[in-house]
Amino acid sequence: MTAHADLHALPGHDAHHEIEIPYTVHARPDTGLYNGKLGIWLFLASEVMLFGALFSTLILLRTSAPTWPRGWQELNIPLATLNTFILIASSVTVVLAWANMRLGNLKKGKIFLFLTLCCGAGFMVIKSIEYGSKFAHHHYPSTNNFFATYFVMTGLHGIHVLGGMVVFGYLLLTADKWYANHRDQFTNRVEVTGLYWHFVDLVWIFLFPTLYLL
Amino acid sequence: MPPKRQIRVGSQWMYARDAQRALEEALRVAEAERAEHEHQIPFIRKYVFSTDHKWIGIQYAITALTFLLLGFSMMLLMRFQLAFPGESMAKIPVIGGMLVKLLGASNAPGGVMLPEFYNQLGAMHGTVMVFLAIVPLAVGAFGNYVVPLQIGAPDMAFPKLNMMSYWCYLPGGFLMLSSFFFPGGSANSGWTSYPPLSIIATQGQTIWILGMVLLITSSLLGSVNFIVTIFQLRAKGLTFMRLPFFVWAQLVTSFLLLLAFPPLEAAAILQLMDRVAGTSFFMPSGLVVSGTPLTNAGGGNPLLWQHLFWFLAHPEVYVLILPGMGIIAEVIANNTRKPLWGYKSLVGAGVFLGFMSFVVWAHHMFMTGMGTVISAFFQTTTMIISIPSVVILTALIISLWGASIRFTVPMLFALAFLPMFGIGGLTGLPLGLAASDIHLHDTYYVIAHFHYVVAPGTIFAMFAGIYYWFPKVTGRQMNEKLGKIHFWFSLLFINGVFLPMFLQGLMGVSRRLYDGGAQYAHAKPIIHTNLLISTSAWLLLAAQLPFIWNFFHSIFKGKRVGANHWNATTLEWAATTSPPLGHGNFAVIPQVYRGPYEYSVPGYDAADYLPQNVPDEPPHPPAEGEGGGMLAATAVAQREG
Repeated sequence: MTAHADLHALPGHDAHHEIEIPYTVHARPDTGLYNGKLGIWLFLASEVMLFGALFSTLILLRTSAPTWPRGWQELNIPLATLNTFILIASSVTVVLAWANMRLGNLKKGKIFLFLTLCCGAGFMVIKSIEYGSKFAHHHYPSTNNFFATYFVMTGLHGIHVLGGMVVFGYLLLTADKWYANHRDQFTNRVEVTGLYWHFVDLVWIFLFPTLYLL
Repeated sequence: MPPKRQIRVGSQWMYARDAQRALEEALRVAEAERAEHEHQIPFIRKYVFSTDHKWIGIQYAITALTFLLLGFSMMLLMRFQLAFPGESMAKIPVIGGMLVKLLGASNAPGGVMLPEFYNQLGAMHGTVMVFLAIVPLAVGAFGNYVVPLQIGAPDMAFPKLNMMSYWCYLPGGFLMLSSFFFPGGSANSGWTSYPPLSIIATQGQTIWILGMVLLITSSLLGSVNFIVTIFQLRAKGLTFMRLPFFVWAQLVTSFLLLLAFPPLEAAAILQLMDRVAGTSFFMPSGLVVSGTPLTNAGGGNPLLWQHLFWFLAHPEVYVLILPGMGIIAEVIANNTRKPLWGYKSLVGAGVFLGFMSFVVWAHHMFMTGMGTVISAFFQTTTMIISIPSVVILTALIISLWGASIRFTVPMLFALAFLPMFGIGGLTGLPLGLAASDIHLHDTYYVIAHFHYVVAPGTIFAMFAGIYYWFPKVTGRQMNEKLGKIHFWFSLLFINGVFLPMFLQGLMGVSRRLYDGGAQYAHAKPIIHTNLLISTSAWLLLAAQLPFIWNFFHSIFKGKRVGANHWNATTLEWAATTSPPLGHGNFAVIPQVYRGPYEYSVPGYDAADYLPQNVPDEPPHPPAEGEGGGMLAATAVAQREG
């Protein structure tokens, strides 16, 4: 068949390789997004609804309660303030990690990624100190609805921090290999994880005043 | 013979006839290479942990259909208790003895169902049907198989996430069912799990919550995947207003799942905490159970659960119906051989329906004493949301006008869907008005209303979809005669089940009664209809037997048909029959030139349908029943003057 060879060169005709999903790495022109970025924004929208439901719960329970403990009397504000700064700092380092990797500076990028991971770990350590002192004072979720909402909301947020740390750890471990072979895809992954990390940060920015200060 | 024209294929010029031969040869070679490559995918990656949307769709379909039958069987057991309250199941001919043994003395001593077991069946029937059968079938199965094909995509945007969705769904389902074997049996507080009852309920409720968390995760992963796929992987030329209505329906459905499920996930976490950690999110102060005061801190609010639950569960109603409407739209356009009437209105109504579905939830709660202001608000939004439903139904009915309808099996189901969904929808209005809801709330009227929407509505749409896309999936057609038997008897008996329930409900018979209302004087004049309902339900099972046989028999022995069996216009019919797994969907990525329903195009005489991927003035008008793969190939062979 004379036309055989040419037909194989038809666009999109690729019987030899694993299928490739379009726009995995580069943005689709009309949406301006690559798949992962749209995916993470949608996921974050669902997360807004998740935490939104919990904040609504807090508001409803608190407004209908005859008495409600003051957060600044029950909780440790200095530690929470420190944690707030740690998380905000980690949001900066994750951006620097991504920017450095995009600019071709893998080594610096990895350092900032590691710093982000350390911030996450620091946050969790301080959080566990807080939890420990609450338990030491016999304050459990079952004590009253103030502590119930406190433990559920900060606990769920803590799980999100842990999830982010796992992903950062994975990115660090696979950085060299992925950066060498699929640089754009790897920096996209850092970007997408960074978006998630900003959201986790943002949730804390809301949790801090509502639980500790009001 | 038309004059010979030269066309360009890739970089080469050739005569149309040669190009056709070359393309056919290329497709054959590609097919052979795919087949060769296919052998290299290990069995477990191809059929168990598959990342191919088509196989995942099939996995979803088979699993969900099994759960559908299971949920139906639970109800058949309950219907025995309702028809013959307090009598032993041993008297059922043939299978009676077996049933008594199967259920055991803890559930049905001497074959008489215990009230506790009746409650378990009731809760699990609802849960299984909604979360394990219909949604996975409508979204997981049809969405997965059809959407990427209809938009000309090689697969879903995130194939591994897609696999994870299924593998969260299946363990979630098994976990749910395993709760029957826990002490105290499965969840028994209804599918709505209202506290405080659900908080003080037996162990099975905890399993129910854990199962729900898995199912919610599955749905969330799936919805992200669908939205990204539809936004990002549409073929060239496939603008949003050229999308088949089915894809639109799936897009809106995915947004509902994405945004409505998380509040239920939050609520499930809170209920889990109430049950396991002793918190009081939903537990009011001073609760006394069986004479013993509870030790909870109290201060919680049972209504909070209802708000969070219905914030999901009302959009969930539209999750149940929208994919069905999408299927019906495809089937009606194809079998009327004309464009859908008011495609833009359909799309607009679908999107509006999605938005509105988030602000109607509290019409389930008129009787909770929320207050008249809130009731008035939700009654207003409920009346408003009926408008887009009516728009969709009207557009579909007008689409029939002046058509020479092909009465195929899928079309029969689609035609039945219209009045059945109409009954279900219109009977919802009295429930959405706070005043009339006082009388009808929690009666069999409610049961009849939403089952008309979901059973002869959505499930009939699912059947239409199965008969319609079966040739694409298997390359064979299901038997028409058996299909018609299945259809007519299903239609008859399903009305036998649900129509009398309206009467029972109007007479004030409450739902969820162990004896079907026998102890109430006001139920006396109508209670005899329970026997009619139950008999219809059992006969409805019998009516499904031809379908089950037809389904499996046709997979292996059905009549072989072409790639575009129904002479349809949308892209899935441009792919080869039963597209191979693990290698994308199209030999040549199709390009789209027009809207989805170009049937009986004036001035185009070659056929009564003009597929989306055929270039304007195509060099080779498609012959009837000809392989759709060829159409995909001709799409690339651009005609030159």
